[in-house]
Amino acid sequence: MSVLQISDVVKQYGDHRAVDGMSFNVPKGSIFGLLGPNGAGKTSLIRIITRITGADSGDILLDGTPIQKTRVRDIGYMPEERGLYKKMKVGEQLMYLAQLKELSASEAKKVINHWMDKFDISDWWNKKIEELSKGMQQKIQFIATVMHEPSLIILDEPFTGLDPINTNLIKEEIFRMNDEGTSIIFSTHRMEQVEEICKDIVLINQGKKMLEGKVSEVKQKFKENIYELIYLEGELKNDSTYTIVQNDGQKASLKIKDGLRANTVLQSLIQQGIQIRKFEEQLPSLNDIFISLIENKTV
Amino acid sequence: MNNKVALVAWREYVVRVRRRTFIVATLLTPIGIGLLALMAGYFSTKGAVSSKDILFVDESTIFRSADPTSETHVFRFSDKNISEERDNYLENHDVLVHIPPFENLGDKKHQVQYFSEEKLSVMTINKLERAIAKAFKNHKIKSSDIDMEMYNSFDTKVVFEDGEVLEKIAAGEEDASKSGKLNLIIGTILGATMGFLMYMVIFIYGGMVMRSVMEEKINRIVEVMISSVKPFQLMLGKILGVGAVGITQLAIWLILIPVILWIVQSTVGLNDASQAEQMAEIAQNMNGQTSLEGFDIGQIISEFQSLNWGLIIPLFVLFFFGGYFIYSSMFAAIGSAIGDDMGEGQQLMIPIVIPVVIAFVMLQGVLSNPNGSMAIFGSLFPLFSPIIMPARLAFDPPMWQIALSVVILILSCIFFVWFSGKIYRVGILLYGKKVSFKELGKWLFYKA
Repeated sequence: MSVLQISDVVKQYGDHRAVDGMSFNVPKGSIFGLLGPNGAGKTSLIRIITRITGADSGDILLDGTPIQKTRVRDIGYMPEERGLYKKMKVGEQLMYLAQLKELSASEAKKVINHWMDKFDISDWWNKKIEELSKGMQQKIQFIATVMHEPSLIILDEPFTGLDPINTNLIKEEIFRMNDEGTSIIFSTHRMEQVEEICKDIVLINQGKKMLEGKVSEVKQKFKENIYELIYLEGELKNDSTYTIVQNDGQKASLKIKDGLRANTVLQSLIQQGIQIRKFEEQLPSLNDIFISLIENKTV
Repeated sequence: MNNKVALVAWREYVVRVRRRTFIVATLLTPIGIGLLALMAGYFSTKGAVSSKDILFVDESTIFRSADPTSETHVFRFSDKNISEERDNYLENHDVLVHIPPFENLGDKKHQVQYFSEEKLSVMTINKLERAIAKAFKNHKIKSSDIDMEMYNSFDTKVVFEDGEVLEKIAAGEEDASKSGKLNLIIGTILGATMGFLMYMVIFIYGGMVMRSVMEEKINRIVEVMISSVKPFQLMLGKILGVGAVGITQLAIWLILIPVILWIVQSTVGLNDASQAEQMAEIAQNMNGQTSLEGFDIGQIISEFQSLNWGLIIPLFVLFFFGGYFIYSSMFAAIGSAIGDDMGEGQQLMIPIVIPVVIAFVMLQGVLSNPNGSMAIFGSLFPLFSPIIMPARLAFDPPMWQIALSVVILILSCIFFVWFSGKIYRVGILLYGKKVSFKELGKWLFYKA
């Protein structure tokens, strides 16, 4: 079941084709990483999903309904280029944004109070935005993104500018909302965050999809049969089952030869008299996959 | 949808009206005007026309026997001869005037000398010349055995009237007060005021819309906004909100300015008569064709009341909104394209500034010939009509022109708001790109 189905979406700006026949699905209830280098077409695609602009062709369904017919409050979007009205007070700013998301004034007031209590900032109601630090403003932006309880939340680089404590606070909220069934699209360059947070990803470049799937499956697909070995004694030598990629006398990376399994290598190591402390498959990081894919442009 | 436009408009309105700069500007402007009136009043009665103590040595006795008085100056007469007074007049007086004997009644020129430490102003000299000349004239009339009343009847006031209007008055179709030159003078003053007001409104509030658009773009809040509101709604809400700010400010001024002027007038107690006299004199010196001199207040008021306000006020409001919509939507489009770099935006503003300035320049020509071909063109062409048409309203332009002008104005409003909306929705989301007119043209054809 998909919360978002994107099929054959095209968006052209003058001579530049920003989104070029894009198709993928975002599973319902997942935290979905939308990845790609700068200029890959992420923002263009997100703007189409959030109805900021329209696609030239193609369809997008949100919970099975064409995106044009959905309600504004079904989506919460925190863009990378984000800001607030500096002269407005926190409370009235959130009230304004909530009402634009089609919440009634009383509903808005209730949810805003709830979130301000939760973030321990209930005394900020009458503070002007310009009095807040950048990190504080970001909390307000986060509240503005999620307060109307959308079924799909899109976060573009949500953690930039946040200290570790606030990063964790937001991260916990993302996980909690996800547990409650909200689908989240998470767009970032920070691959370690993707590995930590996302279950599924799509990687796009030059307006086209390069890769799609569960994080674990993607890693499996791109693994190079490299194992990490930590050992106490013995002298490691290349043999018929593996080649040494790297070795510092206690820790080594071994590449298993094609068609062989880890057990075969282990047996060989034991026969050589190596005292093994740890033997573990090394999956490629998303970062490595990202870089190798973008640089080689292979799928 | 309309709900959101209203919400955006409401925010624009509240945020602006609450701002300290708005409150200060709204209150200070009438106070400033009051102070200006106070200063003008002060200088025209006390400052510019300083009261002088003038000593006359009137050897002709003509002026003295006329028993002249002055509102501003003190006139005194000396029995001593001029050479005696020359040395001593400064002890008690400011000016010494010597009127030599006037022997031949037929003389058309008589030289009078004055002595003063300070140079006399042109205005004072004119006044004294006129006062003495009047006394001489009366003396000549009396001495020639001409009856004063008869003499006065020699002056004939010739009044030009519009023949058609006279016929209508005769037929009872129009009020008798609706005729005459006064009508034209009041029309001109009203027209100039309206035209000027429109010119100000376009730049002040149009500029406000532009800055508001730029602020959202620079603050980077616009993308958050556009995910909840359509760009067109956001732009329209802004235009309406700022328009409401304009109306609020104008309404406050409309009440406060007369009140403050009234307070200035009554508390400081400026001398009305002398002020009116000064004004008339100044108007004459400035070679103005439009002077209210020679009309009494009652006439002016009745003429004012006879204007077709039932038509003028709604039309003025209509043109006010029309002009505001056309120009502020263009300002919004330009604001969206400018972004962070104000300097680069200057050239984009040229196409807005030029028509406003042209219309303003045309205004004078239109007022001197309110039904000429330039006036007709100006009141139909939608970029000029918001300034030109209100200025013509007091001159009873033909109904078909008003109707056509309104229709063109409304259609143009729709067109310009739509046209600007197309540029705006692309411009607000675009950063770091230098924008040319060619680029703006391309945006019109981008799919939403």
